[in-house]
Amino acid sequence: MSPAPILAVILLAPLAAVAGCLITRKARVCEYLNLTAAVIVFAAVLRLLPVALSGPYTLWDDYFIVDALGAWVMLSIAAVYLLASLYAIGYMRQLDKPSRLPRFYALLAGFALTMLLGPVMNNIGVYWIAIELTTLVSTFLVGFERTREGVEAAWKYIVVVSAGISLALLGIVFFYWAGSLHLGPSYNLTWAALRSVAPQLNPTIALAAFLLVFIGFGTKVGLAPMHTWLPDAHSEGPAPVSAMLSGALLNTAMIGIARFITVTDATHLGLMPRTIVVIIGALSLAIAALFITRQTEVKRLMAYSSVEHMGVMTLGLGFGGPLGVAGALYHMLNHSLNKSLMFFGAGDAMHAFHTKRIGRIRYVLTAMPVAGVLWIVGALAITGAPPFGLFLSELTIMRAGLAGPNAWAVFVMLVLLVVIFVGFLNHFRAMYFGENPAAQAAAGPWRRPPGTAFWCLLPMWLAIVPLLALGLWWPGAISHYFTVIASQLGGGLSR
Amino acid sequence: MLAAHLPPLAASLFSLLAITSLLLAFVMLGSRWLREYMIAFAVQSWLIAVLSAAVAYYGGYPELYAIAALTALFRGLVLPYLLSRIIRRLEIDRELHERLSPSSSLVVGGLLVVFAFVVSTHLGAALGLAGTVAVLALTVMLSMKLIGFLMLVVRSEVVSQILAILVLENGIFLGSQILVPGMPMLLELVILFDLLVVVACFGVLVRYLLVHAGTSSTRELTRLTG
Repeated sequence: MSPAPILAVILLAPLAAVAGCLITRKARVCEYLNLTAAVIVFAAVLRLLPVALSGPYTLWDDYFIVDALGAWVMLSIAAVYLLASLYAIGYMRQLDKPSRLPRFYALLAGFALTMLLGPVMNNIGVYWIAIELTTLVSTFLVGFERTREGVEAAWKYIVVVSAGISLALLGIVFFYWAGSLHLGPSYNLTWAALRSVAPQLNPTIALAAFLLVFIGFGTKVGLAPMHTWLPDAHSEGPAPVSAMLSGALLNTAMIGIARFITVTDATHLGLMPRTIVVIIGALSLAIAALFITRQTEVKRLMAYSSVEHMGVMTLGLGFGGPLGVAGALYHMLNHSLNKSLMFFGAGDAMHAFHTKRIGRIRYVLTAMPVAGVLWIVGALAITGAPPFGLFLSELTIMRAGLAGPNAWAVFVMLVLLVVIFVGFLNHFRAMYFGENPAAQAAAGPWRRPPGTAFWCLLPMWLAIVPLLALGLWWPGAISHYFTVIASQLGGGLSR
Repeated sequence: MLAAHLPPLAASLFSLLAITSLLLAFVMLGSRWLREYMIAFAVQSWLIAVLSAAVAYYGGYPELYAIAALTALFRGLVLPYLLSRIIRRLEIDRELHERLSPSSSLVVGGLLVVFAFVVSTHLGAALGLAGTVAVLALTVMLSMKLIGFLMLVVRSEVVSQILAILVLENGIFLGSQILVPGMPMLLELVILFDLLVVVACFGVLVRYLLVHAGTSSTRELTRLTG
């Protein structure tokens, strides 16, 4: 079956939701329009997965590509979009600004659309534009609550990311230039074209170009030291937006880095690009570990945890090989599910305690018995405790690293993961079991406004169940999927 | 490639346009007045439009004439118009508290150009293009990039930051006209359009900043740390 109609459905569903939200301008209608789009996108992506396996297919004048890697990233985006759309219904009703909800859902669907475009872009320049578009749309979601902090976060987000990503554009021009010396002055800069010309590229210019795109897209991924926008944006947006930023947006830029690594593998640069990727990944873990242990705000805690997990994925991609690629991609899906759960829990806690400060959140289990249990189980999972999916993917990445030339990074990663485990869970210990006379003692269960409990709790269950399943059992179909992706990515150098 | 086999007149013309554009970046760096930044940016965009037309003429890329016209229209007229609307809305017309005085920034900018030149010479030599206009294009491209980042760092007015990002983009655009004139036209069109959207978004955000944060200076944006 051709992937074209499926892809058309995936892209048209959120587009229709945007149009519908802008036309109807009724909050209730928009909630369900956006949710319907999310369900359709998720179902269509599930249908696309097996089709993409027999790819890669290029569609519509070579501007679109459907391959196994892209479909996998789309799966994580679609899953987070669905979860966030469910949660948004419950969360945004509590904000009590029904007149602005249609705009929110139009932006949310538009944000999903731009993110779904990234993984299927075949022309590297157009991919860059898709990534830039995600920034422009999500800026307004970050600043949606129009608080002073929200606007500040939105401004820092757009300035840092636009400036960073302009470096990626420069890198792409460099790649185009280096390629034009062999392919002629005018050609279509697709991923395949760049990979095929890579062995002839001049190593000096290829290295410069790779560094530029890595820094540029690394800014968008939130790798240290370019991560500065990330905690601000993630902590100030509404909780469903934070989940989309962390669980989906970062992945769309990560796929670009994964594809550029396969290009540099084909050049005569040897191990250097991969070593740089590994160093930046390890640095992200280190920065995250420092800020996680001393964090005072609950959503910034989750944001730095995203920096950590992007670092882990970057390490996986940098180690390479079938294990490294499989570990990184498995980690991507697990992190998307888990981080959505964490931000949903944080959103609930913020509504229940009316604060973001960890020091003022106490006795969570008394205030929110069900969500509280789900949240702390999620916290165990996100720190890499068994039996959840992230434990398995982190272990896989470490095994990949030990087999390769950058084995030192595995030991760094191990130490930092332990630090993060202790630091992260210590905050949860304080919030659940700590004593603090200054904090308001929860008198009893927090009463959610009517009509929101179902929408807030359902996505948390939907996130935790697959997370547990993926930790206990790595389905054969998925591991076959990763084998295909790893072979398409060239398997890397480190075998 | 084009830059390696140019008639001397064309090479001089390209060099003149590229270097004047770089000088205009220094004009921005050396001034405190927001309106002067904007005019320097507009003139720079016009020069880049002339450069596109010159590349179209000497290199035989007729589609670049269209790019030249659109560059002049969008970067030379529409963007400055949008920016001047933003400036008019602000109560402020100059930088008040730059982190580095204009004269010191000029010196730092000069050092950055030297650095860009060293890098470009190295890259040019690696490709066997030493001494051609390609090296100059690379130098100007990287210099404008670095100067843009310098402006982002030392200037705190929101308009200065928007212009700094536009200088980053102008640098890439200028360099790519000389280095890769054959780049597909669709791409350049979309990037031009994208720039317009970026500035529109910035304009909306500036209004939010004024209303909800009560400031137009990023120095005041210090609530989020740690």
